Amino acid sequence: MNRYALPGVVMLLAGCSGVQSPLNPAGDQALSVRGLLELMTWICGGMYLLVILLLGASLWRARMRPIPEAAPQVEPVDTGLSRGLVAWAALIFAGLTVLIAASFLVDRRLASARDREALVVRVTGHQWWWRLRYRDPATGAWIETANELHLPAGRTARIELGSADVIHSFWVPNVAGKMDVIPGRINRIDVTPRRTGWFRGQCAEFCGTQHAHMAFDVKVDRPADFDDWLASEKRPAAIPADATARRGMAIVTEGPCAACHVVRGTDAKGRAGPDLTHLGSRRSIAAGTLRLSRGALQGWIAQPQAIKPGTLMPAIALEPADADAAARYLEALR
Amino acid sequence: MTGQASPTALPDVRAPLLGTWRDAPGLRGFLTTVDHKRIAARYVLTAMAMLFLAGLLAVDMRLQLSRPEMERMGPQGFNEAFALHGSTMLFLVSVPVMEAMALWLIPLMLGQRTVAFPRLAAFSYWMYLGGVLMLWIAHALDITPDLGWFEYPPLSGPAYSPGHRADIWAQMITFSEVAALAASVNIAATILKMRPPGMTLARMPLFVWTMLVASLMTIFALPSVMLVTSMLISDRMVATHFFTPAGGGDALLFQHLFWFFGHPEVYIIFIPAIGFVSSIVETFSRRTLFGYVPMVLAVLGIGVLAFGLWVHHMFAVGLPRLGNAFYTAASMAIALPAGLQIFCWIATMWSGRPRYATPMLWVIGFIATFVIGGLSGIMTASSPLDLQLTDTYFVVAHLHYVLVGGALFPLFGAFCYWYPKATGRLMSERWGVIAFLLIVGGFNIGFFPMHLLGLEGMPRRIYTYGPDMGWGTLNLVATIGTFISAAGGLVFTANAWLSLKRGPLAGADPWGGATLEWATSSPPPVHNFDHVPVVDSIAPLWMQESDLPVMTGLRSDLREVLITSVVDAIPQYRQKSPEPSIMPLIAAIATSVLFVGSIFTPWALVWGAIPVAAALTLWFWPKRPRATDGPFGVRRS
Repeated sequence: MNRYALPGVVMLLAGCSGVQSPLNPAGDQALSVRGLLELMTWICGGMYLLVILLLGASLWRARMRPIPEAAPQVEPVDTGLSRGLVAWAALIFAGLTVLIAASFLVDRRLASARDREALVVRVTGHQWWWRLRYRDPATGAWIETANELHLPAGRTARIELGSADVIHSFWVPNVAGKMDVIPGRINRIDVTPRRTGWFRGQCAEFCGTQHAHMAFDVKVDRPADFDDWLASEKRPAAIPADATARRGMAIVTEGPCAACHVVRGTDAKGRAGPDLTHLGSRRSIAAGTLRLSRGALQGWIAQPQAIKPGTLMPAIALEPADADAAARYLEALR
Repeated sequence: MTGQASPTALPDVRAPLLGTWRDAPGLRGFLTTVDHKRIAARYVLTAMAMLFLAGLLAVDMRLQLSRPEMERMGPQGFNEAFALHGSTMLFLVSVPVMEAMALWLIPLMLGQRTVAFPRLAAFSYWMYLGGVLMLWIAHALDITPDLGWFEYPPLSGPAYSPGHRADIWAQMITFSEVAALAASVNIAATILKMRPPGMTLARMPLFVWTMLVASLMTIFALPSVMLVTSMLISDRMVATHFFTPAGGGDALLFQHLFWFFGHPEVYIIFIPAIGFVSSIVETFSRRTLFGYVPMVLAVLGIGVLAFGLWVHHMFAVGLPRLGNAFYTAASMAIALPAGLQIFCWIATMWSGRPRYATPMLWVIGFIATFVIGGLSGIMTASSPLDLQLTDTYFVVAHLHYVLVGGALFPLFGAFCYWYPKATGRLMSERWGVIAFLLIVGGFNIGFFPMHLLGLEGMPRRIYTYGPDMGWGTLNLVATIGTFISAAGGLVFTANAWLSLKRGPLAGADPWGGATLEWATSSPPPVHNFDHVPVVDSIAPLWMQESDLPVMTGLRSDLREVLITSVVDAIPQYRQKSPEPSIMPLIAAIATSVLFVGSIFTPWALVWGAIPVAAALTLWFWPKRPRATDGPFGVRRS
């Protein structure tokens, strides 16, 4: 697996984290495309050097020759240059043939994962977050979560993309290239992650005010860990043992939050916003905007417009004690 | 009619011609002029002002992105900035400035007194100015478009963009496209019917060829974008549901129609630049261009191919893969004609005797920069690779390398090259070199890191990013580069401004050029040439031992131009050229009222059409004396 393990030299030089980069592939599709990128970079880089060498040589040649005050030449005969032109055209033609063939072959490879598909994930783009639904292998029911995509390593997942509002683009560069999420259509993309770890995806098609904060975490798990995760996502929310958190539960599931959010197993059944049933198990909130913590949850509930201006989440004014209780409950939703 | 005549034998027609072609003095002359040089100069200056404003927006955006989580601008401010920057640069700078250069240069290169339709040229400018004013007055009133230079529905539809921001964008396009279509028809007709005797198609200067191809491309490509923005406006205003899936429409239809225009548009901007570069390389290498025929074929090839590859902007929308493979091949094929052109320019320098004045430096900067953009274009043309590159900073880098390196650098070179012809004075070489180094150096420092940012996963059009993404360093470098480039722009502008008064006098032909514009005085008189030159070579000014042969016979007491045949430029007849008129301005105002009004109510199309019809009727009201006999005679009893 070492071919997946080497992030590009460029990234190391620039201090890039590499969790959202096509140079640092963690899946079959991204690896194929990175191979194509390397081939392209070599051929195009070589052509650029050749052009610069020719340009430099012609300028150098002119410097070396004194400029006579002769009349300008009108259509001189250039047999040698004409041969050069033909050779140059042949060179470009050969280079393009290689690159077009390579593109075609890589494209075929991206398509060939299709029939080995074993897992279906439905992803719906919303302004500005992601709704995710997994097919329960036992019952065939849909299990819903949001903003955190889990994938099993070594299995091909088919991602079905739909939009609830405008055009978005689903992009997890470490795993595969992007695919647009278009209202009125279902697009499909197959991904075969290989390397376990945390990665990051982000919306790549401008989708309005908060396009910049429409990210999601991606966790590639070992298949057994993935099955455990899916089983735990399937369970309804537990009733917390802690008294404060139980008070928070009443605030969340009977208060204004319930108008937009689902907490399965409670009275909160709103459909406009992300599913909160297992919010406490996630890594971040507000579509990759804030790391999950009790403080972040309190801040987000009280001042969403300060953190993510334009978000559709309204500010909810709570007494400090209530805010703390609500955040404790949400944090406990594991 | 034609013939070699010694200067003494020619009738002295300069004084009567100056009187015939003169504009009225003062404001009236300003508003009624149909002098192609005055109109084109306004066009160029307006486009340069737009370049300055859109450049300021770029600096503003670079400051916002220079560090992670900067709070200079909020998301709304940033979205407005990139929308206004892109829309202005594409629709109000790049396309118009190329047409403006052509409106100024083409008649001079053809030895003609004016363009084919002088009043239409005035109308083009006023319509363009209408678009400029509408967009930027709307910005001043905080109705700025905020969705980028292509506004995809449903985001730009009525449900997700209430208010009038998207309408302003769509209608600004209508303005600029009406202007561009009118200018293109004008340029194409001038080139095809008003060449000097002897200038067959095979003897046209390459710049004229490029403008012919760019104008024909404009005529074919622009109706598509006017259609699509009109459909968007009607979706927004009267709920036609062209693009709303819930109403039976299709969001992708917009993208197909937009990019069917959008990709040729890139070549409509780039092809005139090929002409600039060819003119400069020829003059400063002191030899005619190597490979004239391959160059012309390459320009024609690009012009045709450009219409067959729009889908490469849509590889990620989920179209069938086999189709994508076809568009990959078609897009990469552009590298062949473009590569041949690069070879021809370098071969011309190799076999000529290059001199390094600033225009030539810009050509060198152009080749070194543009080739990077071309090669990154080959990368993005590959459909599987593009799935990783599209909508990232790699594409931002690519498009700026192509449009700035490929079109603006040649434009700056052309500006330095023809500046003495337009003003009669030379620009400072020393400050020209400093501006060149700052702009080209700063540009590459600013934009090369964006390739790497794209490969590190930075999407375009985000107003901020987190510190843990690791994009901060390269963004800071990019911002520094932008500032260096902007400083170079100021030096360039100051040089152009100060040289107006202080520059050394240029004379008719300071560079020793080969084409006809260098045969007249600098700046040219209102009628351009006393007599129509006669051409028997691709480089008429380099073939003559003494004076240029000319043709006499055009009247000097009336505005007359010579019309020649399309292929061989054989003189056919004399045509009366229209007098100055206020009607183009009035027609443009009436059309502008219709366009702006139709943002607010569909009834503007009905009531607004009446003043437009009245203005056009007055404009075209026949004033010639009626013939009394012959086939078109009117018999009076």
